[in-house]
Amino acid sequence: MVEHGDIRVVHRGGSKINSREPVVTNDSRFLLCASGERVKVFSTSTEECVHDLRGHTDLVTGVLLRPTNHLQVYSCSVDGTVRLWDFTDGILIKVQLDYCSVCVTCSWLMFDIVCMCVCAELFQLVAVHLPQSGDQLVEAQELSAVLSNVSSNPAATGFGRGVRAPPLRSPNAPPGAITYPKTDSPHLLTTQRKGGKNTLMCIACHPKDDCIATGHEDGKIRLWRNFNHKKEYTYTTLHWHHNAVSSLRFTPEGTNLLSGGLESVLVQWRYNQESERDFLPRLGSAITHIAVSPDGTLFCTSHSDNKITIIQSCVKVSAVIQGLVNGESVRTDLMVDPRSKSLVLNGKPGHLQFYSLQRDKLLYNLDIVQQEYIHELGLQQFEVVKVAFDAPGNWMATVEERKPKAAEPEINLKLWAFDEQTQSFVLNTTVSAPHEAQITSMCFSQAADGQTSMLVSASEDGHFKAWQLPRSAYEGPSWSCDFVGDYRGLAPQCCCFSADGSLLAVSFQEVVTVWSPASWELLTTLSQPPKAIRDLCFGRLGCSKYLMGTTASNLLCCWNLLTCSLEWSTSMDVSLLLSDPLTENMAAFCCQAESTDLFVFKPSEPRPVASLKAVCSGKVTRAVFAPREEMLESCEESSQWLNRSQLYFLTQHMLFIDDSVAMTPFYLLLGKHRKQENQDSLTRLSAELMPLPRGSLAIKELLQSPAHVLPSTSVLCSMFVESLLVSVADGSEESKHAEEEMESEKEEEDSEGEMESRTPRPEPASPGLQSAESAAPALTKAQLKELRRVKKLDHGWLADLLLS
Amino acid sequence: MASFKPTKIQVYPKLGEKVTQDTLYWKNYKAPVQIKEFGAITSIDFSPVAPHNFAVTAFTRIHIYGPFSQEPVKTLTRFKDTAYCGRFRSDGQLLVAGCEDSVVRLFDVSGKAALRMFRGHTKAVHVTDFTSDRYQILTGSDDYTCRLWDIPNATELNSYREHTDYVRCGVTSKLNRDLFITGSYDHTLKLFDARADKSVMTMDHGQPVESLLLYPSEGLLVSAGGRHVKVWDLLKGGQPLVSMKNHHKTVTCLCLSSNGQRLLSASLDRHVKVYNTTNYKVVHNFDYAASILSLALAPNDESIVAGMTNSILSIKHRKSPEESAEVSGQQRRTPSYRVFVKGKNYAPKQDDYLVSKPVKQHLAKYDKQLRTFNVSNSLDTALATWTRLRKPEITVAVIKELDRRGTLKNALAGRDEQWLARLLNFLIGNLVDPRFAAVLAPAAEMILDVYRRVVGQSPLVDRQLLRLQELLEREIDYQQDLLEVLGMLDTLFASSLPRLEVPHPGTSRANGLGAVTSKKR
Repeated sequence: MVEHGDIRVVHRGGSKINSREPVVTNDSRFLLCASGERVKVFSTSTEECVHDLRGHTDLVTGVLLRPTNHLQVYSCSVDGTVRLWDFTDGILIKVQLDYCSVCVTCSWLMFDIVCMCVCAELFQLVAVHLPQSGDQLVEAQELSAVLSNVSSNPAATGFGRGVRAPPLRSPNAPPGAITYPKTDSPHLLTTQRKGGKNTLMCIACHPKDDCIATGHEDGKIRLWRNFNHKKEYTYTTLHWHHNAVSSLRFTPEGTNLLSGGLESVLVQWRYNQESERDFLPRLGSAITHIAVSPDGTLFCTSHSDNKITIIQSCVKVSAVIQGLVNGESVRTDLMVDPRSKSLVLNGKPGHLQFYSLQRDKLLYNLDIVQQEYIHELGLQQFEVVKVAFDAPGNWMATVEERKPKAAEPEINLKLWAFDEQTQSFVLNTTVSAPHEAQITSMCFSQAADGQTSMLVSASEDGHFKAWQLPRSAYEGPSWSCDFVGDYRGLAPQCCCFSADGSLLAVSFQEVVTVWSPASWELLTTLSQPPKAIRDLCFGRLGCSKYLMGTTASNLLCCWNLLTCSLEWSTSMDVSLLLSDPLTENMAAFCCQAESTDLFVFKPSEPRPVASLKAVCSGKVTRAVFAPREEMLESCEESSQWLNRSQLYFLTQHMLFIDDSVAMTPFYLLLGKHRKQENQDSLTRLSAELMPLPRGSLAIKELLQSPAHVLPSTSVLCSMFVESLLVSVADGSEESKHAEEEMESEKEEEDSEGEMESRTPRPEPASPGLQSAESAAPALTKAQLKELRRVKKLDHGWLADLLLS
Repeated sequence: MASFKPTKIQVYPKLGEKVTQDTLYWKNYKAPVQIKEFGAITSIDFSPVAPHNFAVTAFTRIHIYGPFSQEPVKTLTRFKDTAYCGRFRSDGQLLVAGCEDSVVRLFDVSGKAALRMFRGHTKAVHVTDFTSDRYQILTGSDDYTCRLWDIPNATELNSYREHTDYVRCGVTSKLNRDLFITGSYDHTLKLFDARADKSVMTMDHGQPVESLLLYPSEGLLVSAGGRHVKVWDLLKGGQPLVSMKNHHKTVTCLCLSSNGQRLLSASLDRHVKVYNTTNYKVVHNFDYAASILSLALAPNDESIVAGMTNSILSIKHRKSPEESAEVSGQQRRTPSYRVFVKGKNYAPKQDDYLVSKPVKQHLAKYDKQLRTFNVSNSLDTALATWTRLRKPEITVAVIKELDRRGTLKNALAGRDEQWLARLLNFLIGNLVDPRFAAVLAPAAEMILDVYRRVVGQSPLVDRQLLRLQELLEREIDYQQDLLEVLGMLDTLFASSLPRLEVPHPGTSRANGLGAVTSKKR
């Protein structure tokens, strides 16, 4: 309840939902998937996230329905725990601790026997018997290693129809080897090796027949039969995929086999009539996992672009659950769309995604390249490399690039106008080959009048170009080049407009040139040898006379544009410099020894406004200030800079060895400013100052907790109404006093509600209650009596809850 | 599941003039009616009254044409020699014309014989006009004089001998009966007042003056002579306002559009230029087959009539609104159209329940083949004769798409002689087009790579390869020349630019790093 007001870094979202295969519930209404440290429950019909099962402290690596109770689900995590959840209500039922020293990377559960791969140095398949006990915290003791030397790829392990005889495969053995433990002893089948490309990628077992399907790297699927007899197995080969088969799955009845791969085509093979195939093409991006609902009506495919597609009986895509797409690298900077206040970054190949920061949900994808995407390895594709928005959000500029081998790069500059009717961006102008070489930087003029928009693009070909929208009456406006500038044949690196749009700064290696966009005159040059400029940024508002720059020789410089001289400079290794558009503040990320420090400063003041050491490990690659929806009113100096906007940043985690399970490193820096509450100062004043957020939190808690754990509504309601009545009836007091009482009454109730719902404390009076009591000494005896009565009432059902 | 995205056909900017309101207005005329006269057409004048007949002076005749007839409604032939400058009076009843034999004749439009003959000039009379009170005639002659005549008595009222060369153009004021202006080959324009004996204003045009035009307000005067068209402000004492030099041969004729917003000038260089009278920029341009001597616009710009040196009279009539709509609208509808469109244009009413049908995506044939990865077939489709010749951008776009997919080599390989010859033909036609060069050059290289081994086996292909080589060599030469020109221009620009000095800050830091080179394109 007492929290010190300081700034902390919060993991905000954008976790991967495609790291493990999703699970469809028995009634096909919900879809569960592991997402970072949580398990998310989605509705299959509305695509909404229904519940967020939180509790794990590290990556969740496996989710499975409890076979004996289809309303419960097991999840396991790298933190070494297996948890049992009730997913319809979203509550944690049981925690099973086991094996705290090593991390579980993936798990399969069979009739309350957990089989899991355990990683210390080598991967092992371990069976864990979960003890049946009523306690919430259970330590699993029974561990039995089934198989050592297992592949780290969870798709390469599968379970057959016999419960006691799970067929398994060990991929660290020579490629093309299948282990099939008949009864309890694993036994090895080796296939002949044909070339080197038939590495096993995935495995699926037929639910009724003795048949195993394996997917290989060369795109072939092999169906194995007769492996019960030693060395007399047979196999048939199916070949459609031209790249590796990444996922295989039999339907529950065993009539069909589903396969998917890089081609992003879901292929449905008829079992025993393999020449007949059905295709569902163009699912967007490579299929990583396939899941089938227990009744066989729904197929779910997770894709490499952090997406889950729900398909109804292999015909129709009925829903798409899309997370934040996080490709190998975000080529565009993080941008905030001025209209929707959403985050804009690279999405699917050739697309931009608009991502709502408030709701952690993808708003929409905008197709930039507008070309058919060819799913093929090693093919050079168009990529969106630069995005810029103008200040009111009417125009967006994008640059896409393709670098064919041994040919000149293809660059397109596209300008998009915002369409009020469709509430989306519409392509206005395409400039093919705007520059001869890669575009290094691009920015819009930030003139406040919004009438004349100007875009400046700087390129490695040694020129920067200004693009303008000429006002022509005929055939609609389109952008055209207005000015081409260069400086001594050097390649421009960054460009930046001043806050009022009257100055343009372009850096050419170690020289910063300042231009006037009105007349295209070179006004002055600034330089700080010996190294090239890395980043440029104009000050805002009161500090607009300053120009900030960072150089490759670890200098942070501040020039005063009125005197054209260096105001100050300091030696620090700034990896990223950005300015808050709403305030004068600037943020600099410094990378030092595997961790990043954050400094927030004003260019006019020598002391930083705030400095945070080691905000995260690894290097911060992208960051953005996002404006808040409503301004906070914090008076504390250290957090004041977060009043108007929030700082989001993106890091590349280097600590995770396994890239495929690396948590999406997406963090939010969130200002917290809560008054420290002191036990001593429990005066009337403090009661008055008792922050409302706490109250609302309690109410929220009260409202969110399931109805069956709450006391009956009549009890709560009558209590609430009576308390109100009493305070009004007490007319002898001053009106101000009465108000205070009202508040304290509410406080009391809220804290009680909070206490009831989650903290079964033995002591009847919480500190909050005490404070309220002491704060309002004018409480009548009747009120006190009433309160005690309520407390007595509570104890009964609380005890019930504890016992249950 | 997204649908197939069709191949994007690059839209290239149309070269040539931009479509403006003026272009639309001046292009909205029908194909010209051409009438052969007996000699060079020196003058065209529209009657100011209703049917707006026009008098065409050519050789020894004056033909009067009706607004829509192609045959003259009246012919005046009583000239002994070449006639000049047939002009209507403001009531449209009388017509005056000069003649090479120095006699000025006055005709009744309905009669044939001359009503009056004004003798007195000693040389050919090229200028005749009525004054605004309708009772006097202004004439100008090659004997350097200009005279005023009284119509009822056929007597000379006054004679002005101020010009020192032929008087070849003149105009009378429509607002004041005493004012008239003449232009002469002595390069001057003179404004005369009949109440005074001498000219009251003289302006120097600089070239022999060929044509004069007064604005309806009569504050501005336009003169044409040599290649120049000049505008003079009469209210400021004949101050030159604008000088335009848009023709490359002598400007022979001037006229004003009916609303006074556009000025037209015709020239011996076979062009008619249309100027905006607010900024005097050329907004449109017509071409004719021969040098134009005379030009006239019907009231309301209903027709443009031009007379040329090759004795052809060209009449262009304005399209009626239905006609212009017909061209932009769709073509004639066949009877099957009604069956085809049946029920499709039904607009849903308020309470109707709308059952939506998925719209079928229409794909071009090459896109259908691309969707199914039939790369060779799609290239075949794109190289079909019609596409290849009429819409090369489609062919180029498909080649580009195949290149992007990395399958261009597969599509090109394994073809026969005929096919290869066709492709090479296409390359020869389009390779040096700057719009397509970036795509076709790598494709050409790929073809050479693929078919390197079979060079020399087919005379047809070999011949075309040689042609391709020739083409490329020529293109390289052009590029070389252009680069040289560019270098020359750069030095010229650099020397003409003032050398900017960067303001040196007062600090000791090395900030002012030197001169600036920038060019505005």
